[in-house]
Amino acid sequence: MDDALVRAGRALRAVVLVVLALLFLIPFYLLLRNGLSSERDITSPEWTFFPTELRWGNVRELFDDPSVPFARSLLNSALIAVATTLGTLLLASLAGYGLARIPYRHANKVFYGILGTLLVPAAVTFVPSFVLVSSLGWVSTLRGLIVPTLFSAFACFVFRQYFLGFPGELEDAAQVDGLGHWRTYWLVVVPNARPVFAAVGTIVFLGAWNSFLWPLVIGQDQSAWTVQVALSSFTTAQVVRLHELFIAAAMSILPLLVVFLCFQRWIVAGVERSGID
Amino acid sequence: MRRRRAFWFWVFVGPFAAGLALFTYVPLLWSVGLSFFDAHNTVTPTDFVGLDNYTAMLKDSAFTGSLRTFLVFTAFIVPVTFALSLALALMVNRVRRAQAFFRSVFFLPAACSYVVAALIWKMSIFNGVRFGLANTLLGWFGTDPVAWLSTTRPPWYWLVIVTVRLWLQAGFYMILFLAGLQRIDPVLYEAAAVDGARPGWTVLRHITLPQLRATSVAVLLLLVINAFQAFDEFYNLLSDARGYPPYARPPLVYLYYTALGQGQNLGLGSAGAVILALIIAIVTVGQARWLRLGRSEEE
Repeated sequence: MDDALVRAGRALRAVVLVVLALLFLIPFYLLLRNGLSSERDITSPEWTFFPTELRWGNVRELFDDPSVPFARSLLNSALIAVATTLGTLLLASLAGYGLARIPYRHANKVFYGILGTLLVPAAVTFVPSFVLVSSLGWVSTLRGLIVPTLFSAFACFVFRQYFLGFPGELEDAAQVDGLGHWRTYWLVVVPNARPVFAAVGTIVFLGAWNSFLWPLVIGQDQSAWTVQVALSSFTTAQVVRLHELFIAAAMSILPLLVVFLCFQRWIVAGVERSGID
Repeated sequence: MRRRRAFWFWVFVGPFAAGLALFTYVPLLWSVGLSFFDAHNTVTPTDFVGLDNYTAMLKDSAFTGSLRTFLVFTAFIVPVTFALSLALALMVNRVRRAQAFFRSVFFLPAACSYVVAALIWKMSIFNGVRFGLANTLLGWFGTDPVAWLSTTRPPWYWLVIVTVRLWLQAGFYMILFLAGLQRIDPVLYEAAAVDGARPGWTVLRHITLPQLRATSVAVLLLLVINAFQAFDEFYNLLSDARGYPPYARPPLVYLYYTALGQGQNLGLGSAGAVILALIIAIVTVGQARWLRLGRSEEE
């Protein structure tokens, strides 16, 4: 009797999981379905699960449409995401290492000063940050989109926590070999810290690629639009060509899905060790 | 020796600390300064107005209304996300086959942006006309199409807004709960089995949930902070070429239009940002203290 109950419970759980998994996947399917459909298929009152024809030509049409600066916005997003990721990794890992491994009288004070900025939610500072960036004359420039986002207290915190748990023997050996802090860092520490670089890197990359509010505020000129801003301006426009919009959205998540699937293990590890709790 | 260590400390930490100071502390202080000035369209104002911007903001029914919107939104999104991500974690954790598959599927939306998700929700699932998925489904049951995003009574837009965020972030919190579940010592479950506790509800209530307490506290804090930052999905779901409707404006959307909309009233916007930052700080610290107090009583 009990055995049957357990088995029934297990079956029920499997069914619930499969149904939920399908629900979670449907939005991705809709994106592809609409992106590869004709306008008529998308807006047909007789909704069908499969479109009547697959139009791969939609992709070319999107890039050929002169009213949509899509290629430019993709390029901007790629530049911003790569630069932000590399810059953040460099700055935050150096700072995290210094805070964790170089004994200095005021290290704790500096650390609390950095930690304190986590209390100020990034989204609330967009008005003040806009004021600063516009007074620097950086509105609608890639500089304005990248530089202010390079100093992630979160990334610094994760690196510090990671380096705190680093085995001291490695560094001791390096010191015996006569390496200073700088060369120890590059030759010994970095090669042994690849997992945390990968984890933080993917999280920062995803965040930079998907970020919306800051690029919307700073990218006022079309030439500085990111993919997210471009997509958003199409959705809120009066006249929309739906199939172009959907194929554009699908293209915008393609690079991320690649990064995501390659680095998923690292993202999970990074999320788990991100110091919450 | 001590001076050399200080030197190297600043070589490593200096660039980051200087940048953080320039791009976080300086704007914050500048903003506090600006909030006392009449700053239309300028970042170097001359008209000192004292606390006028603050009183104007607090008397502004649209601003207080935006805080109410945030409260309603939080009341929906926090418990629902918490429950769903915990349930997902418990189920995925128990699955023996295809665990990696389910974990990936639920986590996959985390790679999607709010802009893209809002597009799918607005133009494909919850479209007000018949070709939207939701209205097609309703049509099969003979129900009339619903104008999801423009009906204020009953406010169907909450369903749209909450499900977008749920889809995007449930998998992320599921990962946190999974990590928490994996840290629970199996000995506890064995002891419970020896004591005759029936697997299922009893074990969940007396072992699993108490052991997940630290994770739950962190998840709750993150959920509330993130809800306060809501901007992307509201902006993309509700605004169109005509602008933003007067209902369902969370604080950040309201600030965005105040500071960067037509008037570019940066003084007023700064005052709003300061008020909002204070509220968030109070809520966060209060919540952290309250939740931690609960824990120390238990131990």
